[in-house]
Amino acid sequence: MLNIKNLHKHFGKLNVLNGIDMEVDKGEVVVVIGPSGSGKSTFLRCLNLLEVPTDGEIMFEGISITDKKTDINAVRQKMGMVFQQFNLFPHLSVQDNITLAPRKLKNYSAQQANETAADLLRKVGLSEKAKSYPDQLSGGQKQRIAIARALAMSPDVMLFDEPTSALDPEMVGEVLDVMKKLAKDGMTMVVVTHEMGFAREVGDRVVFMDGGVIVEQGPPAEVFTNPKHERTREFLGKVL
Amino acid sequence: MNFEFLGEYWHYFVDGTKVTLLLSIFTVVLGAIFGTLLSLMRLSGLTPVRLLATAYIEFFRGTPIIIQVFLVYYSLPQLIEGFRFPPFPFLEQYGGEFTAAVITLALNSTAYVAEIMRAGIQSVDKGQMEAARSLGMKPWMSLRLIIIPQAFRTVLPALGNELIVIIKETSIVSVIGLGELMFNADTVKGSLSKPFEPLIIAALIYLVITFTLSKLVGRLERRLKRSHA
Repeated sequence: MLNIKNLHKHFGKLNVLNGIDMEVDKGEVVVVIGPSGSGKSTFLRCLNLLEVPTDGEIMFEGISITDKKTDINAVRQKMGMVFQQFNLFPHLSVQDNITLAPRKLKNYSAQQANETAADLLRKVGLSEKAKSYPDQLSGGQKQRIAIARALAMSPDVMLFDEPTSALDPEMVGEVLDVMKKLAKDGMTMVVVTHEMGFAREVGDRVVFMDGGVIVEQGPPAEVFTNPKHERTREFLGKVL
Repeated sequence: MNFEFLGEYWHYFVDGTKVTLLLSIFTVVLGAIFGTLLSLMRLSGLTPVRLLATAYIEFFRGTPIIIQVFLVYYSLPQLIEGFRFPPFPFLEQYGGEFTAAVITLALNSTAYVAEIMRAGIQSVDKGQMEAARSLGMKPWMSLRLIIIPQAFRTVLPALGNELIVIIKETSIVSVIGLGELMFNADTVKGSLSKPFEPLIIAALIYLVITFTLSKLVGRLERRLKRSHA
């Protein structure tokens, strides 16, 4: 589904990504871990071109999205993204946050969009919040709404950029639960996270990044219990 | 002080107030639309576009509005052979002067609104644009539906202030002979040789308009704040 070849990203003289190759299959949950500054968030943001790669190619469902001729707006409709800081639209109600994109981009009728929103709100366990505004929600609730908003476009892949890093510890669980449910339903997911428990439990594959390259990857059981590289061992030693 | 003249001259003030309000409405609407567009040009990534917008803003903010009025009203007909300001649609009775006045005031207000909106747009967290774009919205749609509404809310007090400034500044177009409130007060003053009273009446009328509007803007601010509390 996703095929990344030799991805480079430089910010001026700073080389953040130094040649990443990766494939993500349909239905796969790939968890990207690594120390701060390893380039994992930049990598994720390159996948939907929020950051424009300096070099390399990204294929998504057979289309090269790094090709300048590709309509990136159309591609993004099939790639949901969830941010560390939620980025809900504060001037819109929860329901409007979820229905805005389907109404404007997929020409859903108001009723159709509201039904979709109701389904999604049930899925993330926040049916009673449809009329609330983002400021009235806790961090965990905001992030669950943000997930619902991304799902409203029925994307083929979901990108998660440290979705629990800005949350109080007691709210991490509720967001991870929603993500687990999503994984179980067969959603293709690329998740950048510091939650090793989630990586181990839900990930089909764990990718360890450091210094802008993939150091090691494999099934969680293998990477966590038997890391091959010194840097992976060192990192896991610190976080586990 | 003696205000008995009002019995005979009151309609000068009523007519003048009508013209002042009409001028203000057209100026505000045009200034808001073009000011918002100009603020986007001011923030453009294209250097020539940005420079053009900056030059425009600096000129209209940096020169006296009375000069701008004269420049528009006298120089356009000089520069273009046979040019005359056409009467304003549906308000033909006020002549080409009304058109020239609206154009000048709107040109001026556009510059101020642009700077206010620029500050508002820059105050919106950049994550908002990223969220909109990541859903597949194009840049213009993201601006229109996500960024500008939030910017507008932030700068509403400053825009309210600009509205009040506009109402007072419409008095400047009395210099080209348009019969708005200031011009009519001056006319009454001249024909009665009363130096103060007509001006006091005019001042009170301006005050009532601006005070009412500042209360309305305050109410709108509180309502917007409540709706996303």
